[in-house]
Amino acid sequence: MGISNLNRSLWVFHVNTGSCNGCDIEIVAALMPRYDIERFGMKLVGSPRHADVLLVTGPVTMDMSAKLKRVYEQTPDPKVVIAVGNCGATGGVFYESYCLDGPIDNIIPVDVYVRGCPPRPEAIINGVVKAWAKLEKKEAGK
Amino acid sequence: MALIPLIAAAAIVFGLVLKGIDRIVAARMQARIGPPVTQPFTDIKKLLMKENIVPRNSVPLIFNLMPVIALASALLVILYLPIAGFPPLLEGSGDLVLVLYILIFPSLAMVIGGFASGSPYATVGAQREMVTMMSYEFPLAITAVTTAWLVSSAGHAASFSLYTIATANVWALVGPIGLVGLLLLFIALLFVMPGELAKIPFDSAEAETEIAGGLLVEYSGTNLALFYLTDAVKTVAMASIITAIFLPFSIGPLFGFAGNESIAAEIVFYILKVIAVVFVGTTFARVAIARFRITQIVKVYLGHTTAIALLGLALVTADVLLGGV
Repeated sequence: MGISNLNRSLWVFHVNTGSCNGCDIEIVAALMPRYDIERFGMKLVGSPRHADVLLVTGPVTMDMSAKLKRVYEQTPDPKVVIAVGNCGATGGVFYESYCLDGPIDNIIPVDVYVRGCPPRPEAIINGVVKAWAKLEKKEAGK
Repeated sequence: MALIPLIAAAAIVFGLVLKGIDRIVAARMQARIGPPVTQPFTDIKKLLMKENIVPRNSVPLIFNLMPVIALASALLVILYLPIAGFPPLLEGSGDLVLVLYILIFPSLAMVIGGFASGSPYATVGAQREMVTMMSYEFPLAITAVTTAWLVSSAGHAASFSLYTIATANVWALVGPIGLVGLLLLFIALLFVMPGELAKIPFDSAEAETEIAGGLLVEYSGTNLALFYLTDAVKTVAMASIITAIFLPFSIGPLFGFAGNESIAAEIVFYILKVIAVVFVGTTFARVAIARFRITQIVKVYLGHTTAIALLGLALVTADVLLGGV
């Protein structure tokens, strides 16, 4: 999947649903000079209303599950959801904890899972590219 | 009048290119590569195809009307400005005071839109924006009035017209004391620029890390694109005002250009001047300094910047009264 398929203006909103902050630091690392995702037109925005991509980290605690759903609904279409880290995909080390509503796909539809604890910034960037390619395929099929 | 859509389109394109340059330069200053110059155009195209959400808590009419008013008034300012040394399209029907008034409109539209969007974050942002506007308006007015008075005391009629000020070249009207005074006023105006454009360090009204985008928090899709364009056009307007008052130099006579050559050279020179002003006024400031709190913004504008502007006013006045010593 070539990088040219990526729509070159992705605004990313980051939702922390109870993550240990490991994945969040890797997301910030992707913004820094070494990876510099602004090269591809991506930037972090402060409001889900401005976002195209939801980067969701964490295993979704009970406290966060309604809020995650609300953030998903607040994001304008077309949108993409990416679960970053093992916790978001399976619960990770918090698997079957009594205070979890997750993983993420119990609450909102997830387009791409980026695995790792935490995943490397390359993996996160790759995940965003794949998610957008998937969305384009979906739009083309319509 | 057939020129109006052309000038509007040119202002939008130039504003977006300026935004692109600003982002690249900021990235390079942070040891990053940065997006391509065309990035703002891509952003706009993307925003226009996104869903346009109107929140249930909002007042839909005002919420949807304000982005249009903001862009329209920002474009209206451009029509009153002398661009590249040419008289403004609406010359004679308005002057510097009117420009200062219309310049408030885009910010005011954002404030009203923020209040109408029914989000507590937007309300906080709107209140901060109002406080910021009230703070920078005073040094801005001092600078405008001082230059206009200087031009009128040099014997020019219609001294409040920006075109008169631009052709009179304020630097040529004063002696050494006045030069220092004008320099201080220039600095005060450069301080006002990031506040006017809601850029770091004066962007507490839109602080995305603390109040989630502030004024713009509920805006999405087309409405957000309109505010994005407003910001681009306002950058051109503000930089053009600074260029017209303090950098009114022309390059044509220097190289002996004439006719069409001279017009082309003036336009290129004007673009370079605007890029330089935007670099100093916004890009450098936003990379070098962190965001001020709203209380600090008031202190910087009503304290320091006003002090600089008043000192400039005093020096220019002294210079004129003493007859250019």
